[in-house]
Amino acid sequence: MRTTSIALMLAALAVPSVALAQRGRGAGPGAAPPTPRAAAAVDLTGYWVAVVTEDWRYRMVTPAQGDYQGVPLTPAARKIADSWDPAKEAASGELCKAYGAPAILRVPGRLHITWQDDQTLKLDTDAGQQTRLFHFGSWKAPGGPKTLQGDSVAEWEGGGRGATDGSMKVTTTNLKAGFLRKNGVPYSENTSVTEYYEVVTQPDGSPLLVVTISTTDPEYLRTPFVISSQFKKEPNEAKWKPSPCSATW
Amino acid sequence: MVRYTLTVVALLALAAPARAEIDFSGSWASINHEDALERGAGPNPADWAGLPFNDSGRAKALAFNQSVISEPERICWFQTQWHIAAGPFSLRMWAVPDPVTGRVQAWIVGAWETRAPMTIWMDGRPRPSKNAPHDQTGFTTGVWNGNELVATTTHLKAGYMRRNGAASSDQATITTHFRRHGNLLTATMFMDDPVYLTEPYILSRAYNLSTNPVSIGGPPCIVGDEGVESGRVPHYLPGDNPYVGEMTKRYGIPVDALMGGAETMYPEYRDKLKDKFAMPGKCAINCGG
Repeated sequence: MRTTSIALMLAALAVPSVALAQRGRGAGPGAAPPTPRAAAAVDLTGYWVAVVTEDWRYRMVTPAQGDYQGVPLTPAARKIADSWDPAKEAASGELCKAYGAPAILRVPGRLHITWQDDQTLKLDTDAGQQTRLFHFGSWKAPGGPKTLQGDSVAEWEGGGRGATDGSMKVTTTNLKAGFLRKNGVPYSENTSVTEYYEVVTQPDGSPLLVVTISTTDPEYLRTPFVISSQFKKEPNEAKWKPSPCSATW
Repeated sequence: MVRYTLTVVALLALAAPARAEIDFSGSWASINHEDALERGAGPNPADWAGLPFNDSGRAKALAFNQSVISEPERICWFQTQWHIAAGPFSLRMWAVPDPVTGRVQAWIVGAWETRAPMTIWMDGRPRPSKNAPHDQTGFTTGVWNGNELVATTTHLKAGYMRRNGAASSDQATITTHFRRHGNLLTATMFMDDPVYLTEPYILSRAYNLSTNPVSIGGPPCIVGDEGVESGRVPHYLPGDNPYVGEMTKRYGIPVDALMGGAETMYPEYRDKLKDKFAMPGKCAINCGG
């Protein structure tokens, strides 16, 4: 009887380590740490469609010139937004200013999230055909010119022990200046973005991707601009519809 | 033998998946950057774009006349818990321990003016009978999913989803997911209403942890005479709502879109909008900044 009890105790102690190992987090001493892909705190992969229930007037259609309701702009930024000219933007050749990292998840469209490799999560958009790369681990930005999607470093937060509360924190820098909204509400090249990607369970049991986005810009924002976007999961690529950037629609 | 059995039971309890908990206590300042106008001064009349209305929800909204809240019976018409998402207010949250065990019995989301406090029961108590009275507070239970607190609210009185007449029924269920990232809180809320919606209406809101204490109440509402004739219920008959078309004039958005419906929430709806939308001129009112 005593032997049986000891065996039960050992079995009980083994339960959590087995569970963690199944999540890729239970490597023993000396073993290589699990890759970010294996250690994912939440599964973000798949096709996701934007659910536009918030800021509808600023996202589904092009807002009026000088309409920056809700955005904590500095006076300098308001001046820029007030001078936005859709015709000039359309003619400028730079049609993707409203599709940069601070704004791309507000664009009505679909996301396709995949693992590019064990260290890098890739997010593609059909609207504007943008690609963002989220680099885990000890990745260092190569430097070079600022870009629309910048350099993004990712890390997992939470999750484990059977919960589905994990999230991905992404910090993006080295951004080229662009627009927070299609109507020329500006962000500068000094902008950085912190995002939290997480999946919550809808009442019908299906997953909803919620991304909380905090944009900091010492030049054009008085305080961080914080918004959150939602996406429903789709079974496949059937509704994936790539479209180019537009400066006016 | 008893000692060993107890030890095994204790170890099994430790080995079970953690019912992790995180501390949501504190004052959370609402960040009203999205839907700023709707949550602040109030939405434009007859603007229901992005709401997954069914025909009943739309008809009810079109009949709405803002003067109903001048009726003595409705002056103190408190909002349901949906006001957390649809209103502009900050949150104050605290835990209530069981006096005997010390375990958290409930989380409270404090009241604010026209919204009653939300008590999230964490002690596993059963939900009341479906025939139990409904009120604006409703009945809310919570469970932990790791560090996520999921609250489910039922037994609500009829209320609103958007403060321009988009109504919620007493059959609605609100599910709220609270998640914390350091000093940032995200509350994702689902309004599931079989009477007025074809699918849940989803809003997510962000809050900053604040050292300024958030009020947990407000001045009492006092019924007064605002001049509404006794026995009269302000309303618009079908086809008579004078605000339909106002958003079209101001923002160039076609009326069809403003009448809501689930399709208006999804990207492909823009294909229908594209040829009907007229780019508005320079912003003249409620422009922000």
